Amino acid sequence: MDRVIDRVLGPRVSPLEASKHSLRYGLPGFLMLVARVLLLVSLFLPYWRMELRAPQYPQGLVMTAYMNSLTGDVAEIDGLNHYIGMRSLYEAAELERAAGVFIMIAFIVMLELAAYVHTRWAALLVAPVVLFPAVFLVDLHLWMRHFGLNLDPNAPLSNAVKPFVPTALGKGGIGQFVTIATPGVGLVLATAASLVLVAALYFHRRAYLPLVKARRANAAPFIA
Amino acid sequence: MKSAKTKASSVPLTLAILTVCGLAAAASAQSMRDVEAVAKERGLTNADLIAAAKTYLPSGKKDEYLMFASGGHAGQVFVVGIPSMRLLRSIAVFTPEPWQGWGYGVGDKIIAEGFPKGKSNLWGDTHHPALSETKGDYDGQFLFINDKINARVAVIDLRDWETKQIVKNPLTLSDHGGTFVTPDTEYVIEGGQYALPWGAAFAPIADYKEKYKGSVTLWKFDRARGRIDKEQSFAIELPLYWHDLADAGKGASDGFIFLNSLNSEKATGGIQDKQPPFEAGASRNPTDFLHIIDWRKAEALFKAGKTVQIEGFPVITLETAVAEGLLHITPEPRSPHGVDVTPKGEFVVVAGKLDPHVTVFSIEKIKRAIAAKNFSGKDDYGVPILDFDSVVEKRVELGLGPLHTQFGPDGYAYTSLYLDSAVARWTLGGSYGSGTPEPDWTVVQKTPVHYNVGHLAAAEGDTVSPDGKYLVSLNKWAVDRFVQTGPLLPQNLQLLDISSKGTNMPVIYDMAMGVGEPHYAQIIKADKINAWATYPEVGWDPHQQNINPSAPKPKGERVERGADGTVDIYMTAIRSHFNPEHVYLKQGEKVRWHITNTERAVDATHGFAVPVYNITASLEPGESVTIEFVADTAGTFPFYCTEFCSALHLEMMGYLMVEPK
Repeated sequence: MDRVIDRVLGPRVSPLEASKHSLRYGLPGFLMLVARVLLLVSLFLPYWRMELRAPQYPQGLVMTAYMNSLTGDVAEIDGLNHYIGMRSLYEAAELERAAGVFIMIAFIVMLELAAYVHTRWAALLVAPVVLFPAVFLVDLHLWMRHFGLNLDPNAPLSNAVKPFVPTALGKGGIGQFVTIATPGVGLVLATAASLVLVAALYFHRRAYLPLVKARRANAAPFIA
Repeated sequence: MKSAKTKASSVPLTLAILTVCGLAAAASAQSMRDVEAVAKERGLTNADLIAAAKTYLPSGKKDEYLMFASGGHAGQVFVVGIPSMRLLRSIAVFTPEPWQGWGYGVGDKIIAEGFPKGKSNLWGDTHHPALSETKGDYDGQFLFINDKINARVAVIDLRDWETKQIVKNPLTLSDHGGTFVTPDTEYVIEGGQYALPWGAAFAPIADYKEKYKGSVTLWKFDRARGRIDKEQSFAIELPLYWHDLADAGKGASDGFIFLNSLNSEKATGGIQDKQPPFEAGASRNPTDFLHIIDWRKAEALFKAGKTVQIEGFPVITLETAVAEGLLHITPEPRSPHGVDVTPKGEFVVVAGKLDPHVTVFSIEKIKRAIAAKNFSGKDDYGVPILDFDSVVEKRVELGLGPLHTQFGPDGYAYTSLYLDSAVARWTLGGSYGSGTPEPDWTVVQKTPVHYNVGHLAAAEGDTVSPDGKYLVSLNKWAVDRFVQTGPLLPQNLQLLDISSKGTNMPVIYDMAMGVGEPHYAQIIKADKINAWATYPEVGWDPHQQNINPSAPKPKGERVERGADGTVDIYMTAIRSHFNPEHVYLKQGEKVRWHITNTERAVDATHGFAVPVYNITASLEPGESVTIEFVADTAGTFPFYCTEFCSALHLEMMGYLMVEPK
């Protein structure tokens, strides 16, 4: 058992060695810390924003998605959507919104742990966080697709508006509305965290791969 | 290149054009030459262009001031933006008004609170609006308005611009000296007009001197509740003169009410019996009486219980008022109209419409005369008459037919001259004298208006801090100002620019008011009013100004039949449907139809109208109302939304089916 843990956590660096090469051994952990802070802050910031513009809404209609909530003119947008038979936006991504904060906390814990793992296993802990922004957008797109393609055929305007896929990022349009979907600051931070983590993994590899290789070479006779 | 001479003569035009261009959003593609061409084609002078530049509001730009004008016998209030002079809203008060859904299922109970002698009266004669005040300045919270024909006072809440209360004066059927508020809106003053027996009971004219009475009523305003508190209100009996306009003292004159009167002759008319008609009999004496009432003293007497109950209402009798020294009178030019207190409160300006002067009384002199009992006599009712010469400060000759006076920030006063058909600018003296370049107490300018000005209103011109800038002349006759609209002509409300000193005081806009005859108006800075864009929450009861917990909610739509046979319908309205859409009733059932507009978007108003049953309601976003009626007529009734709320507005309907017995 100890051997397994040892092989997962990888080689330790002596304090003397660590202080001698503080940048080399400190950087991966520092970058993961930066990513953790970015993710934590992003929890409180909007991840996605859609603005609807139409002549009779001079101020526009805006809805904003946070990790755990949907805010803004959602009721008004829902009211308009009922004409084309779109389900209430509150019914979209319910699980994701319910789990959002916990997932984020899990990510932060995983990064915390990853900082102590000096083997390739660290990548396993970091990868979900790296992929998270992309997964967010894919999930968003799938929901939009699901909502847009499954319109109530008995809706008032179902003859006038055919099923469509709303644009998850960028400019789209439906009826007299122009829709402008933009990533929120939260998603930008999460993406930044993702990029920081890629860098962290690079520096992690640079720091620990030689140690792992060295240890493997030393340990070979024992295994054989 | 133009010659130097042409250049010089075109300077004002160029200035005007520059102003116009500066305001125009799309000016970049247009040149001054285009403006010149339009002016030439339309025959506009430089003055016209400047007036246009001062008043024109491009789409989306908003007015700086709001004018709340009475609607006269339209029985409403009209709200006009200044300087654009656009009619922005009417506010239904005493008269049912279908667009606002007032009096056709909603508001009926409030209107009925004011029914005189229990009889349905579905109009009013609104004269004098009064904005609520704090420390003598408009606070933008409430508006009060009187009804001259039946002696009523209404309270309008300026959050949602709806009438909240109508109180009927139990003593009389005729008021004119109202509404005016005390400096902190402690009381809303309602002075009676034509003398009447108490409660307008029957009394032959032969009993005039014995049975006919005058009065002024002080309605206590409960600001927290937004209602007049009838239990804390009282009246003061006055001599049977006809009482005209009133004003509350402020600053130096705080604590006083000034109330004009006419018919000190106690004429009773009788032209059919070859007696002098009222118009002659009531204007025979050279003077009538200005009433000076110490309302704080009156309030103390009321609180001490020194009142008698008349028509179930506490009244300080004339005898008590005289004995306690709360009422004094002093001669004033006959048949006066306006009595207006200067901003700091030290002068009271009375305009006697048959006298070319305004008479300015000094509060300091009045107080001194009261203290020294400097009386020139007593009237027939024992009311002490303050010696005229000892209380008057100045008489200023303005012209013919002076009626009402308002004030500017700089020491100018403005008085309407009905017969001269002009607005006079004149200088005050005393502490105001230094504000104007002209000598004190002199006429500076008379600007002709078209025609026959009644009241006038300057921006915040009857408060402790007038703004100047704009003045509206509320003209009674329009004669030739507009396209002929049949023999009934609109009123002409003319906007004057009073921002410059001296003789420059031009008319810059004519507004046709073709929906009523405003008497008095007050002009308030628009940003002082915090009007709601929608009701704060869905299920809002505007009468309670609170959430109604039993208001219909989405998914809670239903029809309930109570044990007593009353049917409660809980309906919601949202673009573009009512829920339920089918409603079955049995003939004779009593119905309480509750509807909530569940919209949150600004301007997403829905109407609710039922044919035959004479029902039309206006439901603003969030509003919930209850309409009560008896389903006494069998049939099938398509109800629908009267507001063009959406593209599928036409489809926003349902059927009420009343099964015959």
